[in-house]
This record gives sequence, structure tokens and C-alpha cells, in this order.
Amino acid sequence: MEMVKLTIDGKPVEVEKDTTILKAARIIGIDIPTLCYFQLKDLDIENRPGGCRICVVEVSGRRNLAPACCTNVTQGMVVNTHSIRVLNARRTVLELILSDHPAECLTCAKSGNCELQTMAQQLGVREIPFQGEQSKYRKDTSPAIIRDVDKCIMCRRCEMMCNDVQTVGALSAVNRGFMAVVATAFEMNLEKSPCTYCGQCVSVCPTGALTEVDHSRNVINALADPAKTVVVQTAPAVRAALGEEFGLAPGALVTGKMVAALRRLGFNYVFDTDFAADLTIMEEGSELLDRLTRYLKGDKEVKLPILTSCCPGWVNFFEHNFPDLMDVPSTAKSPQQMFGPIAKEYFGKKLGIDRKNMIVVSIMPCLAKKYECQRDEFKVNGDPDVNFSLSTRELAHLIKLANIDFNSLPDEDFDNPLGASTGAAVIFGNTGGVIEAACRTAYELYTGKKLEKVEFNELRGLENIRHATLDFNGLPINIGIAHGLGNARKLLEDVQAGKSQFHAIEIMACPGGCIGGGGQPFHHGDSDVIKKRAAALYREDDGKPIRKSHENPFIIELYKEFLGKPLSEKSHHLLHTHYFDKSAGTFVEE
Amino acid sequence: MGKIKYHILVCVGTACQTAKSEEILKNFKELIKVKGLETEVQAIQTGCFGFCENGPIVKMMPDNTFYTKVTPEDCSEIIDEHIINGKKVDRLLYVSPETKESIGDSRHKGFHKKQIRIALRNCGFINPENIDEYIARYGYQALGKVLTELTPEATIEIIKKSGLRGRGGGGFPTGLKWEITRAVTSDKKYVVCNADEGDPGAFMDRSVLEGDPHTVLEAMAINGYCTGADQGVIYIRAEYPLAVERLKIAMKQAREYGLLGKDILGTGFNFDIEIRYGAGAFVCGEETALIHSMEGLRGEPTVKPPFPSESGFFGKPTNVNNVETYANIPPIIMKGSDWFSAIGTEKSKGTKVFALAGKINNVGLIEVPMGITLREVIYEIGGGIRNGRKFKAAQTGGPSGGMLTEKHLDTPIDYDNLIAAGSMMGSGGMIVMDEDDCMVGMAKFYLEFTVEESCGKCSPCRIGNKRLFETLEKITQGHAIAEDLDKLRNLSNVIKDTSLCGLGQTSPNPVLSSMDNFYHEYLEHVHNKKCRAGNCKSLMQYLIIAENCIGCTLCARNCPVDAIAGERKQAHLIDQEKCIKCGACMEKCKFNAIFIN
Amino acid sequence: MKSAYHRLYKIFTITHIMEKIKSLSDLKMLQESLSAKINLREKINNSDALIQVKVAMATCGIASGAREVMEVFIEEFTKRNIDAVVTQTGCMGYCYAEPTVEITMPGVEPITFGYVDIKKASKIIDKYILNNELVDGIIPVNYETIDVQ
Repeated sequence: MEMVKLTIDGKPVEVEKDTTILKAARIIGIDIPTLCYFQLKDLDIENRPGGCRICVVEVSGRRNLAPACCTNVTQGMVVNTHSIRVLNARRTVLELILSDHPAECLTCAKSGNCELQTMAQQLGVREIPFQGEQSKYRKDTSPAIIRDVDKCIMCRRCEMMCNDVQTVGALSAVNRGFMAVVATAFEMNLEKSPCTYCGQCVSVCPTGALTEVDHSRNVINALADPAKTVVVQTAPAVRAALGEEFGLAPGALVTGKMVAALRRLGFNYVFDTDFAADLTIMEEGSELLDRLTRYLKGDKEVKLPILTSCCPGWVNFFEHNFPDLMDVPSTAKSPQQMFGPIAKEYFGKKLGIDRKNMIVVSIMPCLAKKYECQRDEFKVNGDPDVNFSLSTRELAHLIKLANIDFNSLPDEDFDNPLGASTGAAVIFGNTGGVIEAACRTAYELYTGKKLEKVEFNELRGLENIRHATLDFNGLPINIGIAHGLGNARKLLEDVQAGKSQFHAIEIMACPGGCIGGGGQPFHHGDSDVIKKRAAALYREDDGKPIRKSHENPFIIELYKEFLGKPLSEKSHHLLHTHYFDKSAGTFVEE
Repeated sequence: MGKIKYHILVCVGTACQTAKSEEILKNFKELIKVKGLETEVQAIQTGCFGFCENGPIVKMMPDNTFYTKVTPEDCSEIIDEHIINGKKVDRLLYVSPETKESIGDSRHKGFHKKQIRIALRNCGFINPENIDEYIARYGYQALGKVLTELTPEATIEIIKKSGLRGRGGGGFPTGLKWEITRAVTSDKKYVVCNADEGDPGAFMDRSVLEGDPHTVLEAMAINGYCTGADQGVIYIRAEYPLAVERLKIAMKQAREYGLLGKDILGTGFNFDIEIRYGAGAFVCGEETALIHSMEGLRGEPTVKPPFPSESGFFGKPTNVNNVETYANIPPIIMKGSDWFSAIGTEKSKGTKVFALAGKINNVGLIEVPMGITLREVIYEIGGGIRNGRKFKAAQTGGPSGGMLTEKHLDTPIDYDNLIAAGSMMGSGGMIVMDEDDCMVGMAKFYLEFTVEESCGKCSPCRIGNKRLFETLEKITQGHAIAEDLDKLRNLSNVIKDTSLCGLGQTSPNPVLSSMDNFYHEYLEHVHNKKCRAGNCKSLMQYLIIAENCIGCTLCARNCPVDAIAGERKQAHLIDQEKCIKCGACMEKCKFNAIFIN
Repeated sequence: MKSAYHRLYKIFTITHIMEKIKSLSDLKMLQESLSAKINLREKINNSDALIQVKVAMATCGIASGAREVMEVFIEEFTKRNIDAVVTQTGCMGYCYAEPTVEITMPGVEPITFGYVDIKKASKIIDKYILNNELVDGIIPVNYETIDVQ
């Protein structure tokens, strides 16, 4: 590799050719401030439109200032990152950005997590010398995401996520000049757009322009209502990230503290979505085996590969983009939506609680779950199976609101019966986890043999698209895994073209899987955070006494007592769903 | 009735007029009458010959004799000698300063015309919809020559040696650009013609495309041969329907003759061209934005490098040149680099087409050699300032350029001198302003354009230009304070220093240049709340002179906002809070009782 | 006398079958024959020499009414049986005086008239074309055009 020598702020540095000034400076500990620049290194995600101009530096011999994030080093380059000229320009540019930004920090949902706020602090901006018109746009509230683009600074991170990473294409820059902003086509409501509510735009937005719809007030009201029995379920990925909101290191597992906090918040029953994840494996794994056996018997009608269906962002994606493939994914509901009817129709009935008096709250790393629980097919006479879905961030906020000192809480256990789960369930939060859990069960059910080594390391990792062939007692099973909808699209296009060699494919809408979900604490572009969360979930799995879903005693009991067997009529009624073609009418205004 | 045999053409352009050309015309007319020549000789006035330093000019037809420095007293000698005796009046003939020879015929080469048409050589001469007329003018022979007789390297060498620089504004050496594109290895390359002309009031490229479309096609094919591209794309704004139509006709005819397509002129060279339309965004003239627009993406620039020559249209090496640049290529190939480089200045060769506009008599399209002075352009070609007003400034480079003032009148116009003067060549807009134009207002006009045309991608251009505009508005409304002037300058410098593309890097130029040259006007607006040109409405006051007002009420009845009050037969008063400065009252007043303060 | 329309037809369309030009020498031969034809048309003492009228028909010219002016010339020539060639051409550069028309009488230097509206067009025919009497609005050619060869 060709090396380039240069000087930054008087310090010599030698870096590989094609390195940017920004990266070269970071190597020698000089952190040039950036705003629009964004990177998730281990996930190959990078945004560098060179738009904000905060990272400008002085390069000797160059007429104007250079954006450090997208200027490559050259041999003998002399860079100054904090000359008077640079500092004046950087501050003026920031003052300009602030002059077109609502000064609503006191009430902004992003306050404290806002990168623009941090930058203003870092550069010591004490006044905004430019007064003038502010760009104003319509506020848009969808079932999961609020767009308040008065706060947009045109960093284009959301656009990059939505178009390049997710290939959803709901957001892009519109208008010219001062009125330029990132918006939907024709500035229609997000709800009318092909948005999947994956929330990746929210997770990368540096300001409060994109935030989740906050349901915590509804939950507080339900908790305060003595007539209601309030049940909570927590998704696997939450326990690996919630601690970050309380100053703990990324990857800290806070399962016990989380349960304790929920109990102190006043939830009557603290259950685990992991239980429903084990149930999902029973249903989805059986469906896989069913399709596989029929296929092996020569049934030409059977659809393979089977696609996982536990990710609501992914479900929205194929409903919008691949309506012709709607019979390919598993019909199994997501764990959140399996939990709802089990809680209300099984657990509630057992206790004699009318479903109208039971409120099911889910804590999710996800924003699409907010939309999912509002879908009509998941309601009985208008009563949703899951009433409210809160993000990890909203839960953290609730805990703070209730004056609970999270870090000093004791570790407590989930309530039974819907709180018991296996190691297979907890890895649902990682990309590749669902299919690994499914294989643990499917292997034993198909071969009738005991699986000695439960870890399928070939299914783990962060590569965009992974594939592995597993040996089911002589039968090779081809598994495909994609995380990020852009990667999913590639696998889907193969399926559409009849070229797919896979028997089963796991798809997660968010890069990294649920641990990188749109409802998680902000990672601010540090992909180590995502890797540490993933490791935490595998650690949790490792420490579980039971690691296969079909061995969960409460699952066994549930089937014995209530459902019968997987894919039974009752299962179909409560645990399976169907999909809708959303490709048409996306662009039709009301 | 016999036909007229002689015509006496008397120039009544501004310069000649000052030198009594009207009296000359009158004398000729009288003499013709007195001598009974009315049926044979006609004296008539004409526009400017562009030869003003030798005026007044009188031209005799049909023999094309050109008399210079004619006085009213010379008229009878011209009638007697030239018309009656058939002998030229030698003492009035133009004497070449170089050869000292008297030149009698206006078509003689010795008449150094101020304008030389290279890029516009066929405009207004051939029928643009007939390829035969282009071929008759040696069209496509430059292409034939390079394909049959020259290697790509040798052709690029000719372009390099000619000294041709990009006519779109930046002035990058054309030959070098071709060489860079040629040097990149790729399975596919493109040549692009940038016809996204967007400067307000500029239409040089449109005229070339409408008047001589084939020259662009021919030059693009030559470019393709040199750079190794077999595909050309013309990016043209959809607002140019006639240019598009003529390009399409030209492309069809060229294909029928085999001058585009496969195996051109039997040489095995393949090249064809397609058209892509722009929606008229100014920023799409920037080559990376242009390429994104051609790809169907949002027309906004990306950071260079990579330059289009390495990674352009669909990621392939792409050579982008402007229409006028292309129009210079065939003549350079045909006549050689030495011929071309003999025209112009040391570092700026050839000619430049300008769209001359503003307060000038002969608004129009001109093509002048590099190195011509502003004075020559304005007073000899442009026919001077309209209504005999005083020249104040000329804006070149459109919204990216700056103002040239009286002290620049004798500066030779070329790329480097214009930059040194705080302006730039730009694509060729030249707007002339007189003493009635407010320089703060001019800067505001250009900023308004830039605010509208910024793509909005980078913060300094998106927000900074808006704030510049707002500050200028404050100044012209009389609300600014001294500190605003410092802010204006600092912000201008930061925008130039930090913007992503050429649009933002140059957009504050009108502000900086007007501040450099007319700071006193800024100070007057800020401190004295006064606009010396009387352009800034907010700083104007319509007032009624009580002594002159007879109380006829006409003004009050015509005021659209009821700002005038007063009893009948008594002096009226204008409410300055309500007044919108429309001037209706002053127009209606029959007693000169209303004036502007 | 052939009709003006016929002449016009000839000039507006390519009058020979367009065959592919196969080499540079073919191109040069075509150039020679085409320019010979044009020269013949312009030759001073040629009895076949025609009156030529060129109307500047760029966008700006058309916007100022050049198309109507061109129609007047065509109609008048037909009506009055004048043998002339009317063609369109590009921008002459005299924006301040649009529409502009260049008239070439056989054997005489071309004269460019500016501000040519419908009325002026008829006047030019009456006075200049038929009577060699000039009318106001003459724009002297103040530029030098290069010869490509």
C-alpha cells in the first residue's frame, strides 16, 4: 500500500493513500469536529456529502478551505485545523446553521442527545449574529415517526440511510436553496410514503428533526388506572442497550435491573418478549419443517425459501416492494404480536381479566413495532393485542421520570409464566439470531437427534449478507441472512428471479439486527456499540440453562394446556397472520 | 423613375453624432437637392460601424468607399469628386497605421474590426437547418482531418498549443482537460456538451446552438476521437426549445451523411450523440451537478476530486466542455494553433462572446478578441451609454462575477485581468450600469438570484447567501447599522472560503466587489439613509411643495393607498408611513408640486 | 419565372438524396460542389443571380416577430413574381434591433436592416429591392468573420 506523509497542526503523520484528512488527523489524536459526516465503520455505512462545512481545514497552497471529511491527503500536505481563518469560518458556518434552527432546546425531544447542541457548546457559540427568516415546513406525524423538519440541517444522514442502506426511498432532498430540506416525495405525509418505519433515519438524525412518536404518557395513564391490569413485555435487544442510557458501558447486560425498574414503575406483570420468541420458533420452525418435508416429497407448489417474519420493518418493506412474494415469508406473527393474544386470551382469561381491562405494553428497540401494534388485523373489536409500544429510549425516560436510581437496583426475575425463556430467544436481537434459534429446534425435530453444539458460529457476524449450509443429518440446509433492507432487497430479487438457492432466509430491517434498531439509545456512529450489544446477547444465551426453544417448559405447558400443537387451528388463529399489498396507492394523496 | 445609383451612408452612432454627423447628413441631403441628383443619389443614416475613433464615418455604395473623420465641410467635395467626377477623395480615406497605405474599400483587411467572429462565424450566415450550408463552409472537414490525418495525441497537442481555455467561466485549459480524460483507462468514456446556460441575461450558447448546431456536433466528435469516447451527450435546458429542435435536425442530417454514427468517413471511428434535458437550474452548469442531473438524480454538486475526467457520467471518465468552447474547435483544427494563439493576450487566446446588456445603446451579442478594453466594448461596439448618461460599472461573470468600474475601462479584458479586478470572465454576460443604478441594489439583485438558485446542499451557500441578501435588504431599506457592513464582509469571505462548489465560492463576489468599488454608497445608505441613484424606494420620500400645491385633490384621488390628505384648495400632505412610493401622485400633478427627496 | 415557393422549397430541404459520405475526399468534393452552387447564385454578372433575403430566426428574433416578417417576404415575392430566395439563419447579434434581415442584391454588398416589422418589410421590397433606395435602420456589419479554410 502506497503511504503518504503529511503534517497536521505541525505533527507529522504517515497514512495510506486515499485516506481523508479527517481520518489521518484522528490517527494522531486530532479530532476535527464534524456534523454531517457519519460512519458505522464495521457495517460499511458512511455519509459524507461534504455539506455542513464544519470540518473545514486550511491546506497550504489551496485557495479555499478544504472539507476534512472528503478531502484526501496528498504527499507533503500541510494542514492546519485550528488557524484563525479556520476557527472563524467554522464558527460562522455553525452560526449560520443555528440562525435557521428553531431555538427550542428546552423542549426538544433530542435535547441532551443533539449533535448540533453539542457542537454549539464545543465551539462556544454564545450568540447568533445573523437574524433573518427561518425556513418553515409542515410538521408530519406518522404512527411511529415525527418529522419536524424545521430542525433539519441537511446533513443527509437520513437520506443516506433510507436510500443507500435501506433502499426504501421514502426520504430525499427536495426544494432548492434556503428551502431545501429532506422530505418525502411531493412532501406527502410519511404515512403515505413507502416508509417502513424502520427508524434508521431517527437513529442517525443529529438533531430533533426526526424523532419517535412518544407513547410514554399513555403508559403512565394506564399505570395510574386502578381498573387496568398492565402487563409489560421486553424485547431481547433492550436488555443489552438500556444501561447506556444510565451511563453504563455499551454491552452491559441489565436484564435484572430492567425487570426491577419495570416492577417499580407499577407494571402488574413483568413478562418477557423472549417467551414469545420461543413460541415464534415453535411456529416458524414447524412451518419451515413442514415446507421442507413437503418439498422433499416432491411437492412443486411449496414455496421455498421460507423467509422470517418477525421484523415489522421488513414486513412493511416487502408489502410495499415485493407484493408478488407475499406467500413466501412465514405467516408467523412477530414475537411482540404473539405475546399480545397469549397475554390477553390465555393469561388474562386464566386470571379472569377481561381483555378490555388488560393493557399490554411492549418495550422495543424498534419504531416499526409502534406501527405494527396499531395494525387492524392485530385488534379484536378495536382493542389492540398490544396497546402501546415504547422504545428503549422511552423506557429510560420513564425510569428517570419516576426517580428510580437504575444503577443501584437489585437484579430481579421476570414473572411467570410469560417471563420464562431460553437462550434461543434472547439471540433474536442479533442478526442471524432468529435463524440460529430456529435451526436449534428444527434440527432436533427433523433429525430426532440431540444437538450437541448449539452455537452455529457460521450464522453469526456483521457481514451484510451471509450464507451457510448446515448439515441436518445428511440433508444440506442452505441458510441466507441479510440485515439492512438494501441487503434484503438483493436476496429478494434472487427469489423473485427464481435464482435463490436458500431453504430459509432471515431478514432484519436494521443493520446489526434489533440491537441496532431505530428505538435503541443513540450510538452516534460508533459501530463498537453495536458489536458490544451483540456480544452481550450471545453472553446471555451462553449463561441460560435452557438454550432451545422447544425445551422451554412453559412453552410445552402452553401447547399442552391451550394451543395443542404448532400450526394447530388455534395457533393459526392467534399466532399467524397474512400480508397486504401496499405497492399501489403509495403516492396517492388523500 | 430611374433607379438610385449611389448611396451615401452616414453613421449616426453616438460617437459620430457628437462629431456632427447629423449636420453632415443634412449637408448631403441639401447638396443632393441643390445639384438635382435626387433620382440618382440617396443619403441615409446608419447605425455604428464600430470604427468610432475615426468618425464621423461616411460610406459610399455600391463601391464600398469608406471615408473617415469627415467634417460637414467635406460634403460638397465628396459629392463633386466622388459622385460627379468618379474620383475618390484620397485625403479622407483611412490610412493604415501599420502600412501607411490609404485604404479605399471597406472590405479591405486593413480595417481592423473590433469584433472577430470565430465561435459565431456561421451564426446569422448559414441556414442552421441545412447541413449543406455548413458543409459548404468547410463544415466537418476538421473532423475529417483529425480522423484521417492526425492522431488523437497530435490533435490534443494542437488544442493545447492554441491556448484555448474553457468558455463556460472557469477558464481551464481545454487541451489539458482532453489530455487528462484521454489518460484514464476505461471501457467506456463520454464527452458532454454543457449547454445549461444560466447566467441572467446571457444567451451566447443558445445563439450558437440555434445558429450553428453542426459546429458543436463536429467538435464533440473530435473530442470523442481525442479522449477515446464513442458517446456524446448534450445537456441542454428545456427552456431552449428552438435550440433543441435545431440540434435534433442537425443530428438527423449528420447521421444521414454518416458524419455521426458508425464508421465515420470510412475511418472506423464510431461516435454518436444524445440529448439530455435540464430543468433550468443554475447550479446544473457546475459539471458534477450537471452529471448528477443527467443521471436522473438531484442536480447538486459533489466534492471534487474525483473530477469528471476520472469518474463522471455513470462513473465513467467524462469530458465536459461548454458550447462556446466547442464552437472554437473546428476553426483551430482547420487553421492551426498558431493562427488562434495570435489572437488575444498572453494567457487568454482567441475571442470571447459576450451578451451585452443593460444601459447600453447596442444591446446584443458580440464576439471580441481577448484583450479588448471595456472602453472599446462599451463605446465603440456597444454604441455608448443610453441617453448619454455616465458609465458607472459593468458586471461580468453574472452572479459569480464582480463590477468593473471607470478605473478598469482601459484594462484589457482577459481571464486573469478580470480576476485581478475582482470579477471574472464567466460565461459571457456583461451588464452595463450607469449613474442611475444603485450598486447596493445591484448586489442585492444578484444575491436574490443566488439564493433562488443555490441547491441547498452546503450550509454556507444555503443559509449564508440568504443572510447576505437579508443584510443587503436591510441596507437598502435604511435599517442597517455600521456593524452590518463588517458582518457583510466577513460573511462574504466565509461563504467564498467554505462553500462546496463554484456557485457558493463566487456568489458573494457582487457584494465584495461593490463594497470595494462603491463603499461610499454603502456608507450613504447606512449613515445618511440615502440612495444616490434613487433606486432604493424605502429611502425615497415623495413630498408636496406647499407653495406649488393648489389643492386640486387630483393626487389624493389617484393615490392607491390613500396616503394623501388635504382640504380642497389647500396644500396637501403625504403620509410617509402609508406611502408605497409608486409615484402615481407625481405623475398626475399638473403643478410640479410633488418632488422626490 | 419559377415561383418563389418553389425556390423556397428547394432551399429548405436538402435537394439531393443524402448518401453517406464515405471519406474526407468525398466530403471535400461535396463542399466544392455546394459552394460552387452558392457562388453561382451570388455571382455579380450572372443572369441567374437571385435576390437573397436572410431572416435572423433565433429565439430572440422569433419573439420579436421574425417569423411573420419572413412570411411577408415570401408572400410578397410570390405575389409580385420576384425571383428571390428567402432563408432563415441564426442570431446576427443585433438584439437591440430585432427582427433583423439581411438583403443581398445581385452584385452588391449585403445590407442588414434592423427593426424590420411587417410594414418595414413591404417598404424594403418597394424601396430597396425594386428601386435600390435605402430605408432607415441600416446596421453596418461591424465585425470580421473568419474564413475557416
